[in-house]
Amino acid sequence: MEKNSPETEHPVKAFGWAARDTSGVLSPFIFSRRAAGDNDVMFRVLYCGICHSDLHSIKNEWGFSTYPLVPGHEIVGVVTEVGSKVKKFKVGDRVGVGGLVGSCHSCDNCINNLESYCPTYVLTYGATYYDGTTTYGGYSDIMVASEHFVVRMPDNLPLDAAAPLLCAGITVYSPLKYFGLDKPGVHVGVVGLGGLGHVAVKFAKAFGAKVTVISTSPNKKDEAIQRLGADSFLVSHDPDQMQAAMGTMDGIIDTVSAFHPLQPLLGLVKTNGKLIMVGAPDKPLELPVFSIIMGRKMIAGSGGGGMKEMQEMIDFAAEHNITADIEVIPMDYVNTAMERLVKADVRYRFVIDIANTLKAAKN
Amino acid sequence: MAKNPEEEHPVKAFGWAARDSSGVLSPFHFSRRENGDDDVTVKIFYCGVCHSDLHVAKNEWGFTNYPIVPGHEIVGIVTKVGKQVQKFRVGDKVGVGVLVGSCKSCEGCQQDLENYCPQLVFTYNSIDCDGTKTYGGYSDVIVVHQRYVLRFPDNLPSDAGAPLLCAGITVYSPMKYYGMTEPGKHLGVAGLGGLGHVAVKFGKAFGLKVTVISGSQSKEVEAINRLGADSFLVTSDPAKMKAAIGTMDFIIDTISAVHPLLPLLSLLRLNGKLVTVGLPNKPLELPIFPLVLGRKLIGGSDAGGMKETQEMLDFCAKNNITADIELIKMDEINKAMERLAKSDVRYRFVIDVGNSLSHP
Repeated sequence: MEKNSPETEHPVKAFGWAARDTSGVLSPFIFSRRAAGDNDVMFRVLYCGICHSDLHSIKNEWGFSTYPLVPGHEIVGVVTEVGSKVKKFKVGDRVGVGGLVGSCHSCDNCINNLESYCPTYVLTYGATYYDGTTTYGGYSDIMVASEHFVVRMPDNLPLDAAAPLLCAGITVYSPLKYFGLDKPGVHVGVVGLGGLGHVAVKFAKAFGAKVTVISTSPNKKDEAIQRLGADSFLVSHDPDQMQAAMGTMDGIIDTVSAFHPLQPLLGLVKTNGKLIMVGAPDKPLELPVFSIIMGRKMIAGSGGGGMKEMQEMIDFAAEHNITADIEVIPMDYVNTAMERLVKADVRYRFVIDIANTLKAAKN
Repeated sequence: MAKNPEEEHPVKAFGWAARDSSGVLSPFHFSRRENGDDDVTVKIFYCGVCHSDLHVAKNEWGFTNYPIVPGHEIVGIVTKVGKQVQKFRVGDKVGVGVLVGSCKSCEGCQQDLENYCPQLVFTYNSIDCDGTKTYGGYSDVIVVHQRYVLRFPDNLPSDAGAPLLCAGITVYSPMKYYGMTEPGKHLGVAGLGGLGHVAVKFGKAFGLKVTVISGSQSKEVEAINRLGADSFLVTSDPAKMKAAIGTMDFIIDTISAVHPLLPLLSLLRLNGKLVTVGLPNKPLELPIFPLVLGRKLIGGSDAGGMKETQEMLDFCAKNNITADIELIKMDEINKAMERLAKSDVRYRFVIDVGNSLSHP
């Protein structure tokens, strides 16, 4: 029997923009959402952040994309309907959804609030939901998600600038906490000053850390120090600067997703220091074994965070007035935005103004 | 002008040295410093042959300063002590491991982590505080500052205990530091050589379930029947590797050749730790996805501090842990090195220095 088309497989009409092939070019796409089940929250999408993962996915750079693909996992909006068993939310609430919309709820990881490590988690887009249909992300007008995967957006956080916290935010917040870099006085390095990097600087400063930004672009120095509040700035290809900073950092959050050498970064951390990878290069990097043996150093990875931690992160951001630095764009600018994102030409996250521009793009 | 090795110090010494990157060792006359106030002079009985000795003899890491006398798994007896030495007396059985000096004032030294001191002095192929080169344990005598000398427990056999001074501490230290001492957890040991076989013994003593991960089937019976491993995984068996995915809490990776990390990382469960103690001379490929998707980490570890090395020796004495060795004569060393290059030893050569190092 022929599979239902995206337009007809669910009862609720939806509209968004999708990529159709590995060119990654996005265009209007009519599809449908499931009706809100007993545990579901349906909301009108107001804004959606553009994560670099969206770009990797639409171009199938990681090799597991299926088309058509509606990206977007930094989604904020206002609740329009809740299922009968939903306790935490009501119509009118400001909410957000990040990278996950499902997990098994029964494995060790789920039980320990680590849904992002559940072996059968369901990604917000490009994955298969429990009803066998493909998940579509937030470059769209409405969203339906299980209550478990929805977070409350506090009133004092502007929704557009807070949207990127739902992926960029949790992706750096979780390892800063897990690897003990959230203590006052620790010295944290942040490699790469993009969507993840700039939020890492803000969180680390809020935790009371001393923060050094490590970047290949000298022209980001003023921004990093004056606007983001970093304590210092290192140009990674300047050997003198790097040498002077050797063995000074407790940990480094490495947000760079391109291939890059790890040896100089390992040199920057102290004995017992940690290099934490949150960028996801599609090819392996090189591990200079001497550099971790001398000094008992570690390289670790971190992938998102569980739902409990997501809410904790959003509440922390609200308490400390932390939001992303964004460039709000209309829906039909998205392909240009993607081209600029390839060149890292954005300070520091594009956010699509879905509410005001998606319908216009439809027409 | 640099003095020749025979003349730079007042105490005559004799050993075997490598003179060039062929790594071939031959008789070598040199000298040791006069025993200072804080020093201990040790007449050497046994010295283990560590794979590092081979790497350095052949300049595989690129920093060998010939001639070198290797050897940093040294056991002997004290023949002289300096005025300030309290811990040792003439006649004591002692050990010397991988370090003979450090700055004593940095954070590392103050925390009993002399092995991470930026100015540490290795037992061989290093420059000591007096500017002279250090020579290791393939020799008849060594003079060492008391801080870097270990009390060797009486009930530990000197020959089979010698490898603990490097192989032992090199796996003991990270096993403790990275939390591999919780009974019931599952440890993988990659590589069954000098380091690996001791890691299996420590793992069992800590109450862990231990799986040996090896490139070949040949060591399976040994691993299980003699060393006490619970299971054995051959990396070239895809079905067995698949069945073992996500089952291990930790892996100690002792392999010193270049090898793929991805299969090992896949064996770890969430938050799993792979600790590498082998020293390949080229970088390894590091796939990031498995680290990110499973919050896994790769850590390094480099021998251990003096306090911890003593603790390790005492632990071994209490639990009857020694290395499995093949005792050789000094003049068999070159053949032993050739066999070591092919991992043809169960599991450490130890040179019977006391009985076979004779002046020509």
